[in-house]
Amino acid sequence: MLWVCMHLSDFSLQLWLQGLRDPGPAVITTGGNRPEVLSCNPPARSHGIAPGMTVSAAVALAPDLIQRPRDLVAEQHALERVAAWAGQFTSRLSLAQPDALLLEIQGSLRLFNGLRSLLLHLSAGLSDLGYTATIATAPTSTGARLLARAGMNSTVTEIARLEPMLAGLPLILLDQPEETTHMLAVMGVHTIGECRALPRDGLARRFGQSLVDELDRALDRLPDPRKPYLPPTRYTARLVLPAPVYETEPLLFATKRLILELAGFLRMKQAGITKLKLTLHHEDSKPTIVKLGFAVPSRDPQRILTLLRERLSGLELHGFKLPDRVEAITLVSEETRPLGSRNLSLFPEDRLPEEQRWLIIEHLRARLGVDAVYSIASHPDHRPELSWRVCEPGRNDLEGREAASPRRSSSTAAPPDSLSTAAPPCSSSTAPPPRSSSTAPPPRSSSTAPPLWLLETPRRLQILDDAPALDGPLTLLTGPERIESGWWDGNDVGRDYFIAEDTSGTRCWIFREHNSTSWYLQGLFS
Amino acid sequence: MPLDLVLQNPAIWRGDQYAKVAVESVPTGFVELDTQLPGGGWPQAALTEILTNQRGIGELRLLAPALVRLSHEEKWIVLVAPPHLPYAPGFESLGLNLARMVLVRTKSDAESLWAAERCLRSGSCAAVLAWTGAGSQQTIRRMQLAAEEGKGFGVVFGPTRNAALPSPAPLRIQLTADREKLQLQIIKRRGGGWAAPLSLNVNRSQRNRIERAATNIPGIYATPTRPSPRLHRLRQGLA
Repeated sequence: MLWVCMHLSDFSLQLWLQGLRDPGPAVITTGGNRPEVLSCNPPARSHGIAPGMTVSAAVALAPDLIQRPRDLVAEQHALERVAAWAGQFTSRLSLAQPDALLLEIQGSLRLFNGLRSLLLHLSAGLSDLGYTATIATAPTSTGARLLARAGMNSTVTEIARLEPMLAGLPLILLDQPEETTHMLAVMGVHTIGECRALPRDGLARRFGQSLVDELDRALDRLPDPRKPYLPPTRYTARLVLPAPVYETEPLLFATKRLILELAGFLRMKQAGITKLKLTLHHEDSKPTIVKLGFAVPSRDPQRILTLLRERLSGLELHGFKLPDRVEAITLVSEETRPLGSRNLSLFPEDRLPEEQRWLIIEHLRARLGVDAVYSIASHPDHRPELSWRVCEPGRNDLEGREAASPRRSSSTAAPPDSLSTAAPPCSSSTAPPPRSSSTAPPPRSSSTAPPLWLLETPRRLQILDDAPALDGPLTLLTGPERIESGWWDGNDVGRDYFIAEDTSGTRCWIFREHNSTSWYLQGLFS
Repeated sequence: MPLDLVLQNPAIWRGDQYAKVAVESVPTGFVELDTQLPGGGWPQAALTEILTNQRGIGELRLLAPALVRLSHEEKWIVLVAPPHLPYAPGFESLGLNLARMVLVRTKSDAESLWAAERCLRSGSCAAVLAWTGAGSQQTIRRMQLAAEEGKGFGVVFGPTRNAALPSPAPLRIQLTADREKLQLQIIKRRGGGWAAPLSLNVNRSQRNRIERAATNIPGIYATPTRPSPRLHRLRQGLA
């Protein structure tokens, strides 16, 4: 068993300042009527501020001081989030309240190529998250905790070496009540080594069995079970920004911290994210919600951050400015999918990995909007406006389709206003040719190949000398192709289609309604 | 010495030859055009400029065989800001794999240029067809660099008046429509040399059907008239 303890000193301060790149003097206060300084960061310390002085005195020393009362609930949540992030290194996690984490890493050593490499990963990851921690390793959890609390970044792998290291540590690091340590100090016992030298039963009688038990647990004389921590299924994080921001870059800096935590969380769950929600809380207005979707589940923090950056700058492009300064951000993982790790292969692959292909689609969507990037698929219907559908790129089979927008179906209603009137005898009484309104859609092996471009709404052509004309008289080349269809949904259509050529050589697809004399331009061949 | 023997001397360069440059290309599908293009097809990893004043004369059908070939591979075929709605059955009848086709709708020229450049640079798009508006030299140059980086086949459509302006695209073609054929003039290509104007028939399949239709129906459609209702009924009785 090998335990690693990560002790985050001044956790409330670190948590608060993690969203800022270069914080000025900052303090955490006790709150209440006469707030006092609980902890301060190095810039504040350089101004002469120390824990214990009143906040008014501190502000007198450093006028640009930012302060915040301690929020225990937020600290607890943040500790749990860091624990969930650390779950990517091992599955045996434990919280050591209020500001330390314990990881049992004996089983992960082989995966991470040794203890040193694992500890390097851990410390690098923590600093990416914005925390600085003392990381100590010991064969017992209590021993690791004591070492980390003492601020020693040491690695001890055997009990024999642990004893002399613990011997010099002050008694105050133990989890004992103050009076115990005070009485021992009065007696002249200041370090753990001196305490161990005292007779055991005498100590137990005077100060309680818990003192003796704790010393035994530290040195592996007694078992030291820890309550395991089970990470939640969803990732929810809230970060209060130290100073309200207006620009994108500082916002992204703070969001990056949360995204890195999310990436660790996803790695722990062996999952990738498909839907993400970022909420920007403003001081006076409603929160702005930014939603990101991924076609392929991903846990790459760089990719998420790039897309988020594109989306935020896209928001600015469309004239949508952030209504107010942002004072807090919340990141919620809405939907995750299992995502295994990738195997490194011996030979480099020539084929494009699936994820990479979708990267460009997501990128375009993040900047231009989800509806701006689409694909089309054909739909079995004789009416040209309805014989195609918008669908998701890559999913042109029947399930991935959406119906054409109502605008399109209204465009079929626009020209045939005359159709709704009583049909003249010539077209209704005659039997329609077998192509129209049959149940099984025949393949389009008509005499004409369909055009490549369709106009959004069919354009009415002017009539010159009884003939349709675009920029000049049109010559009809083929036709007519009669399409009569759609009586079942009200957009019934009765038209004769022709291919016509312009004087300039443009080939168009025009039609004439049965009941009117107007000609319309429907599409262009190209 | 006979003249052709003299001309076989490799030290002699004839004015209508152009340097055969080794360029990775996709065959265009039209043999006459392939012989005139360096590399024997549309150049990959480069931008092609197609200049035409009229829309719908056959510029897309010119690219169709190459696009069909590219669409059956792994990468996307992107159409940025197309002038009209693309008609799915039309593309399907060409043989294009619609699962690889992506359309991008943009609200401004700047967005179209950004989208085209981004798609070309990504390397996951086999072909990008962009109908951007007035693109300056700088933007065309950026797209060319993006195409080189992402190894994609980029096409920019522009008006004929751009032919007079210099452009960094390595291949520039001007199209005009003849009666049924497409007139092609290669303004600029790698390897240089003057290329004779080509006349291509891009609407091959349609042409046969036109002839068929013309023989079936009496000459009523040669002259544009509006058929009278009585004639309409008569025809339906016959058909």
